[in-house]
Amino acid sequence: MKMVAPVLTVLAAILLLWYAATVWMNSQWTYDQAARAGEEVTFSELVTDTLTQKRPVLPAPHQVAVGLWEGVAGQKITSKRSLVFHGWITLSATLAGFALGTGLGILLAVGITHSRAMDLSVMPWAIASQTIPILAIAPMVIVVLASLGVTGLLPKAIIAAYLSFFPVLVGMVKGLRAPDHMQLDLLKTYNASQGATFWKLRLPSSMPYLFASLKVGVAASLVGTIVAELPAGATRGLGARLLSGSYYGQTVQIWSALFAAAALAAILVVVVGIIEQITLKRMGMVQ
Amino acid sequence: MSWLIFAIVFWLAAWALNTWLARHHGSERWARFLIPALFGITLLLLWEGLVRGLNISPVILPAPSQIAASLMASTAVLREDFVQTILKGALSGYVIGCGAAVVVAILIDRSPFLQRGLLPIGNFVAALPIVGIAPILVMWFGFDWQSKAAVVVVMVFFPVLVNMVAGLAATNALQRDLMATYSASYWQGLFKMRLPAAMPFLFNGLKIATTLALIGAIVAEFFGSPTKGMGFRISTAVGQLDLSLVWSEITVAALAGSGFYGLVALIEKLVTFWHPSQRART
Repeated sequence: MKMVAPVLTVLAAILLLWYAATVWMNSQWTYDQAARAGEEVTFSELVTDTLTQKRPVLPAPHQVAVGLWEGVAGQKITSKRSLVFHGWITLSATLAGFALGTGLGILLAVGITHSRAMDLSVMPWAIASQTIPILAIAPMVIVVLASLGVTGLLPKAIIAAYLSFFPVLVGMVKGLRAPDHMQLDLLKTYNASQGATFWKLRLPSSMPYLFASLKVGVAASLVGTIVAELPAGATRGLGARLLSGSYYGQTVQIWSALFAAAALAAILVVVVGIIEQITLKRMGMVQ
Repeated sequence: MSWLIFAIVFWLAAWALNTWLARHHGSERWARFLIPALFGITLLLLWEGLVRGLNISPVILPAPSQIAASLMASTAVLREDFVQTILKGALSGYVIGCGAAVVVAILIDRSPFLQRGLLPIGNFVAALPIVGIAPILVMWFGFDWQSKAAVVVVMVFFPVLVNMVAGLAATNALQRDLMATYSASYWQGLFKMRLPAAMPFLFNGLKIATTLALIGAIVAEFFGSPTKGMGFRISTAVGQLDLSLVWSEITVAALAGSGFYGLVALIEKLVTFWHPSQRART
């Protein structure tokens, strides 16, 4: 509870700074308008005008809040203007990609812990693949798959999967190697097979590591999906909202899409965290 | 067809060789380079064999040899894009962002109140899809590299900040007490003890930030850029179905990314030579 006061203070400071920046950054437009009309603006007029512009350089927090509210609750959820609609498109691709990436990461991790050849040959390349700005490939994957007749959810999911597989792989390898020698030796004295060792010792002890990386992975796959929606002229999804907002100078639309994406990421991370709590509690790993 | 068979035979042979190498020479130095190298070559050959053997159109997937040819043919364009995106956009943003994060971390280190407030928010922001601010920053800072640098600054700031704050807290009470018995001032304690102790954490953040910097700079170019830059080139070349040029850009991006990461890892090795994670390897 001693976190609450500082966090609220910092948030209030951010809001205050934001309002100040809104007035400052939008003032140019107000001054230009006034100069064109041959009028003088007083300070209070300046403030009210900068906070209510239709296409501000920086929208005020309450404008973004209104935009978000209109987008979420003010539309039918099937409408093209509804953020729920676009958010669902993005979310479905994110979840599909996250599932794919997690599956791939776990499979590779199992292979790496059980085969020395795979450990030595795959692991360096998995690490090297992450130094590549993979999002550069996103537009190409989309176009190529579209030319093959694959459109919609799958291309985006592939990019999301690529971004989420690496954290899962690294965490899972670490987790599967987490049991110490004493435990492994004990199973050896029981004459346990490799399969039994895996199911009864390695897999359970890897769970905390797995969930830690799942939290990173789910956020990464959302980023992947949003970026995948940018370049191919997609018209649906939060990324497409960002892009069309930037084409038409609809700043409030950009900011609401951005906040919707942020909220989605936060919700996903929290959901994974809750599943982690429940699982670890049932396994007796946390109280 | 013969290409396909050759590639598959080569794949099986390399696989067998790698398994044998890993079993018998797995702990030797040369094998640790040879095995991944062999794996990479196998992937390239398999790719080449599949493209040639199955007659895949270069509009869908060009073969590695075609990519290499295009790489050689368009060096001037590639160099221009490299300078625009990596050197101007990513690198300047990286330096500014990481520098600002370190300074802010030291500033908030003096205030536990600010630390408790800022860290949860910093952690939260670090998990958000920050690339989304690219259209806004492009609108504010114009189409040239300044807006890309700004995107990179925002993207790298929070991971580095969170790591640096954790690093500054990494000394234990015993060590701090020792500094107190020496009657060291705050700044002496900071420079002689806590900053060195924070280095492993800082470099962890810096390494994460290298990839983020490249991603930020390239993605920001999708929202508008002058007629050069890697992101711009990729999106226009895809439109013209010139996929070997796209793959050349990706190769350059991959090399630049790996080189950048390697450079930071090398500096880390030199700076934190005393840390267990560095000593264990030799």
